[in-house]
Amino acid sequence: MSDVAERVKKIVIEHLGVEEAKVTEGANFIDDLGADSLDTVELVMAFEEEFGCEIPDDAAEKILTVKDAIDYIKSKSA
Amino acid sequence: MFDLSGKTALVTGASGGIGGAIARALHGQGAVVTLSGTRREALDALAAELKERVHVVTADLGDAASTEALAKDAEAAMGRLDILVNNAGLTRDNIAMRMKDEEWQKVIDVNLTAGFRLARAAMRGMMKRRFGRIIGITSVVGVTGNPGQANYAAAKAGMIGMTKALAQELASRSITVNCVAPGFIATAMTDALNEEQQNQLLPRIPMGRMGTAGEIAAAVAYLASDEAAYMTGQTLHVNGGMAMI
Repeated sequence: MSDVAERVKKIVIEHLGVEEAKVTEGANFIDDLGADSLDTVELVMAFEEEFGCEIPDDAAEKILTVKDAIDYIKSKSA
Repeated sequence: MFDLSGKTALVTGASGGIGGAIARALHGQGAVVTLSGTRREALDALAAELKERVHVVTADLGDAASTEALAKDAEAAMGRLDILVNNAGLTRDNIAMRMKDEEWQKVIDVNLTAGFRLARAAMRGMMKRRFGRIIGITSVVGVTGNPGQANYAAAKAGMIGMTKALAQELASRSITVNCVAPGFIATAMTDALNEEQQNQLLPRIPMGRMGTAGEIAAAVAYLASDEAAYMTGQTLHVNGGMAMI
């Protein structure tokens, strides 16, 4: 498990107040983790802060699952 | 009541009569204020009067980039933005048959679109902090209509609808979004009316007089305060009884 994945999952757990076990890589923020559309915006804001990157709106709209977030952040920091 | 110490506010159109009064009122309640407008001299004069806890930023609200920059500049100057007052507005009155596309568009751009852009920019930080006040200065004519002001009435009605939508989107983050709708207020804009126009107007106002800018500012100070935390999506009509809605 990479460091990025751990940090992403930690943010998701804290922000959405969900159990760690539910935050699998395939988990969809809205369908599986009970996020509303505003939560997804806040998650992206939290990722930006944690990883010091800017996630433009068109990319943010495609981040629907935990894996999407991990992959995007990895691609930007690679 | 209505203490704004430690809060930060951006007031657009602060070089005008109502905007200036709003800035004074928020500042008087303890807020740090950023004054925005097109007339630099008037803004500087107001800043000199307020002395401390005040910043001045000019912007062209008809321009998207300049409007986005205003939100950023205000946040940079004050550290964050708690209270956004979308007060800036202009008129390009004409009967509809004579109204040019430019007259329509300019009024929509400055009175409505700029307010949306500023709100969108401001809500990011407000969401993070779980506090925000977005206050639009609309107008009684946004609800009643007014001949010769199809553009202005549309923009002001648009602001009320936008306010209700934003209020629903942001309520869960403790951000409130409201409007104040002035009736006829004594400002440079209404001073331009001649005696005959004023004489026609006054009988329609049960209070028998025009309102003052300070009476609008007081409503804004209330909406900006912690005490107004449970009020959202509303329009406060301050019009001497001219329209009871």
